[in-house]
Amino acid sequence: MSIYLNKDSKVIVQGITGGEGTKHTALMLKAGTNIVGGVNARKAGTTVTHGDKEIKVFGTVAEAKAETGADVSIVFVPPKFTKDAVIEAIEAEVGLVVVITEGVPVQDSAEFWALAQSKVDADGNQITRIIGPNCPGIITPGEALVGITPNNITGKGPIGLVSKSGTLTYQMMYELRDLGFSTAIGIGGDPVIGTTHIDALAAFEADPETKAIVMIGEIGGDAEERAADYIKANVTKPVVGYVAGFTAPEGKTMGHAGAIVSGSAGTAQAKKEALEAAGVKVGKTPSETARLLREVFAAL
Amino acid sequence: MDLYEYQARDLFEAHGVPVLAGIVAYTPEEAKAAAEKIGGVVVVKAQVKVGGRGKAGGVKVAKTADEAFEHATNILGMDIKGHTVNKVMIAQGADIAEEFYFSVLLDRANRNYLAMCSVEGGMEIEQLAEERPEALARVAVDPLVGIDAAKAAEIVAEAGFPEELRGKVAETLQKLWTVFKEEDATLVEVNPLVKTGAGDIVALDGKVSLDDNASEVRHPAHEELEDKAVADPLEAKAKAMGLNYVKLDGQIGIIGNGAGLVMSTLDVVAYAGENHGDVKPANFLDIGGGASAEVMANGLDVILNDPQVKSVFVNVFGGITACDAVANGIVGALNTLGDSANKPLVVRLDGNKVEEGRAILAEANHPLVTLAATMDEGADKAAELANAAK
Repeated sequence: MSIYLNKDSKVIVQGITGGEGTKHTALMLKAGTNIVGGVNARKAGTTVTHGDKEIKVFGTVAEAKAETGADVSIVFVPPKFTKDAVIEAIEAEVGLVVVITEGVPVQDSAEFWALAQSKVDADGNQITRIIGPNCPGIITPGEALVGITPNNITGKGPIGLVSKSGTLTYQMMYELRDLGFSTAIGIGGDPVIGTTHIDALAAFEADPETKAIVMIGEIGGDAEERAADYIKANVTKPVVGYVAGFTAPEGKTMGHAGAIVSGSAGTAQAKKEALEAAGVKVGKTPSETARLLREVFAAL
Repeated sequence: MDLYEYQARDLFEAHGVPVLAGIVAYTPEEAKAAAEKIGGVVVVKAQVKVGGRGKAGGVKVAKTADEAFEHATNILGMDIKGHTVNKVMIAQGADIAEEFYFSVLLDRANRNYLAMCSVEGGMEIEQLAEERPEALARVAVDPLVGIDAAKAAEIVAEAGFPEELRGKVAETLQKLWTVFKEEDATLVEVNPLVKTGAGDIVALDGKVSLDDNASEVRHPAHEELEDKAVADPLEAKAKAMGLNYVKLDGQIGIIGNGAGLVMSTLDVVAYAGENHGDVKPANFLDIGGGASAEVMANGLDVILNDPQVKSVFVNVFGGITACDAVANGIVGALNTLGDSANKPLVVRLDGNKVEEGRAILAEANHPLVTLAATMDEGADKAAELANAAK
């Protein structure tokens, strides 16, 4: 088991012919991902070749989905065109859309998120889940990778990981490489993102394979505080947390568009306190966080 | 990017929001000329990106151009909460009958926009929200619809405007929405929005924050709004090289890949510094995914030019970036920089092609470079070296 992504997921790549799309399509295939097609309106009808695999390029997401039965799309198109690409995937009712692109205007993200929210099935459930933008994507080790996380850090295991940051995800997977991961998901560091810490926590709580959860946050916003409230009320599995940016000064944006401390809001200290009040052990550093996770895991 | 009041005023004007005359001035002479041009009573307003100007004495009414000269002389150069005033806006005096409040902003938690409006403007909105929350209307705005006529009508009704004012105010709110939408703002705030003695609605003071991603993608004109005079020279240099750099006040230069890992590195280095004479990180520098020799050389160049820096910690987790490329980048950068590279470097590499990367650095055997096995060890070593060189 895993969350959101497994070996049966059928994946299309939007922007498969671009530089990033080409590089990461190769890496995703190597990780075992079942890539069934690509999308580029100007190269419809052509194919791209990776090793012995030929992948068809379609003109639209709808065509790609109709012919291949794809249920996941990954978006590698430049920021200027990201909104249109995501809207196309939402309109085509793709179940999971992973947006890697960095630098997407936040109003574009707000618009495609509003559209995704408005498309619900007969039971009232949102049809399209969005991960990102500005994220490393999702990996279910040993089964599939839809993103840019290195596939060789570690393998399958009992830990679920949700993080705002890419390289911190890799660092934490590396620290805990002997234990392994059910699924690791990078939700992105932008002010508006599709899947949140809370969504991932709920999914890990429901996933029988996941025994313990690592949650990585960073300065800015109040997503970690809201996640803390959620954990307190809804999560029975042990959660260990880490928040980056304890020493970040007020008013300076630290790389991610969402990572800024404004006034008393959004500080790492406030997030740590909120998480600890919810019973989450919080490490001061990645290595200490890994040690805390080992402790709670050993006690299970 | 946060704008100055005069820049917000100009954007408002460009989008048809009613504003009064306002001219930016950098010297008392310019202030006097502006006051003469506007005529009548003017207000001399310090232009700083921080609240509380009035209390600090940064806003003064001038009845004559000579008075404007005098006030500008006093206000220019003033320090307001750590911000030096280097320009003022000469604003036409307003005949204020009533003061209101309006803002529309990105609501991160709800992933949409929030409009806030009150008939009790003028005071600090945080104070109003706390003391009389019922006086502040909060209305969610659908990003796909925006503030159309119906939404504007809803906002002014919620805020409790009297019937006869609603139409006029709603019209102004729709224009403020076009500022928010067309300029890709994350905040448009008007405080106060006033009714003049003649019954007109005017945006008297505005705050606008623009989305940097959007400015990059589709607003080339926004570049001119950037405050190049205020930017730190090292930050300006880094920006010109396309580096994601923030200058901090410390002795240990930091280079890493990925915003989260670099933020985390700053923390780990600060903790390590507690054991080494309280040395601190000197900067945030994220070289991103493609750490080529050139990017690494540029990064080192910026950091080594910071006179405060005593040691450098390079912390890279090779994801897609391969450690051998990073190592080649470091060696190449040190060769390029030659004698100007004169501070010790601690390098921690892990992840993709780590063995090859470490081998390249070992082979080069540069006297300034120390290899560290872990992030914690590297931070400690860099702090120790910075403290020794203090």
